[in-house]
Amino acid sequence: MTHTFRTSLLASELRERPVVGPDTVVLGIETSCDETAASLVMGGNDVLSSVVSSQIDLHAQYGGVVPEIASRAHLETLNPVIARAIVEAGIDESRIEAVAVTIGPGLIGALLVGVSAAKALSVAWNKPLVGVNHLEAHLYAAFIEDPSLELPLVVLLVSGGHTMLVEMVDHGRYRLLGQTVDDAAGEAFDKVARFLGLGYPGGPLIDHEATLGDPTAIRFPRAMLHDGLNFSFSGLKTSVVNHIRQHPDASTADVAASFQQAVVDVLVAKTVRAADQIGARGIVLGGGVSANSQLRTAFQQAGHDAGIRSFLPTMAMCTDNAAMIASAGWYRLRSDGPTSLSAPASPNLRLPLLGAG
Amino acid sequence: MLQVRTTSLAATHAVAAAVAGVARAGDLIVLAGEMGAGKTAFAQGFGRALGVTEPITSPTFTLVHSYDTGRIEFHHADLYRLDRLLEVADLALGELLESNGIVLVEWGDVLGSTLGDHLQIRLEVEPDGVDADAEDDGDDDGEGGGFTCRAIGLRPFGSVWAPRWAALETAVRKASSC
Repeated sequence: MTHTFRTSLLASELRERPVVGPDTVVLGIETSCDETAASLVMGGNDVLSSVVSSQIDLHAQYGGVVPEIASRAHLETLNPVIARAIVEAGIDESRIEAVAVTIGPGLIGALLVGVSAAKALSVAWNKPLVGVNHLEAHLYAAFIEDPSLELPLVVLLVSGGHTMLVEMVDHGRYRLLGQTVDDAAGEAFDKVARFLGLGYPGGPLIDHEATLGDPTAIRFPRAMLHDGLNFSFSGLKTSVVNHIRQHPDASTADVAASFQQAVVDVLVAKTVRAADQIGARGIVLGGGVSANSQLRTAFQQAGHDAGIRSFLPTMAMCTDNAAMIASAGWYRLRSDGPTSLSAPASPNLRLPLLGAG
Repeated sequence: MLQVRTTSLAATHAVAAAVAGVARAGDLIVLAGEMGAGKTAFAQGFGRALGVTEPITSPTFTLVHSYDTGRIEFHHADLYRLDRLLEVADLALGELLESNGIVLVEWGDVLGSTLGDHLQIRLEVEPDGVDADAEDDGDDDGEGGGFTCRAIGLRPFGSVWAPRWAALETAVRKASSC
């Protein structure tokens, strides 16, 4: 029994490197954090289906992502989500040539649900597995919607767990230009929203509250604005807390608007500076925080003012989804071939960078 | 119970480094305090002193960030998102402790009595303790600024810190006055 199983594993792992072309259909699976998602993408950017089952309602009552809940909900939702992605794509599952899955970074319990499912499907269908870095997939989200984007690009990747400026030199070739030295921008949004009593998720709630307030009402610090391409949002969060302690009757809308303006100012200024420094052909937004309306407006305006092309993916492509996993998986499969079935989930996975190990 | 006061970010980092100097593999250190009290700043000073060179960023979303200095593993965890639930088994804190590592847990006080031997460090902002001459963390473009003084309380739970307490007290007192 064990012997037979082991043989089939090896057959899967040792199969020849598949031909990856414009007709190659990849199933993408994403379970790294809030969203359970599956998608079928052909040829790297033709999205046949993209199904996202958000867990945010489940988490809202706890004021954040609770990993135990995340794992259980992924477990219950993943198979129906995959089945629906196949039905919506309107093709037979035998057309799927590879299974791409997020292997990190993310919550370990949540990642394991997707990785285990992807391995099982890879073995059952005898199709290659492709492990995908969630951060790299966010860089590919823009290419799905505009494959004509010219390199090099500067991508501002802003989410709950990450804030980084990445130079995309070529497909699969990245250089880290800057990153947060403490809190991620999305984390600052979540914590400030919770402190203001607005709830979860913090990004959209602050975004909405800010439309009712004056962004110039309070001059919160723009940390490290003139100091390199790294970011710091911990001091800003502390400033908001201190301001409210000293002015308990401050307008929540004004605090939200002024806080948001401080975050946006720094993110946009550094993106434009980075683009200028490397001579980028364009600037691109990615990650959950890029759904923020003020950031989108300011990003586009700054690109226009600097005479550089800016690209804003749709909201659906900015937030976590599996189409970007399938897309990045297609490129990875083409360049590196399949991933070993023994590859583990990696909660602390870093972006693969040029010149690093 | 040991209580010190810091009047600058550098002093908070120095206190953290003093604790790191006395800490060893298998130690569990719990950071307590409100949002903005300086828990991540403390963790950064602590990790630097252990020899971590890469950025030590907040693990709020990913829950645990692990660093390997070659000499020791440093696991920086954050239970902020779990503060209304006790379902933390996924984090496997015990396994991290057994792996030649030091574990520093932000918001770890929610675990209370379920923890074994540990050192609790509570950071508190002093309401009227603004030192206008000092710079606050990351506040270099804001108006005014000034570091808000922090009270830092260290309290051992269990017996594992007893043999090292005198050394810890000396180092921490010296560091806090820098």
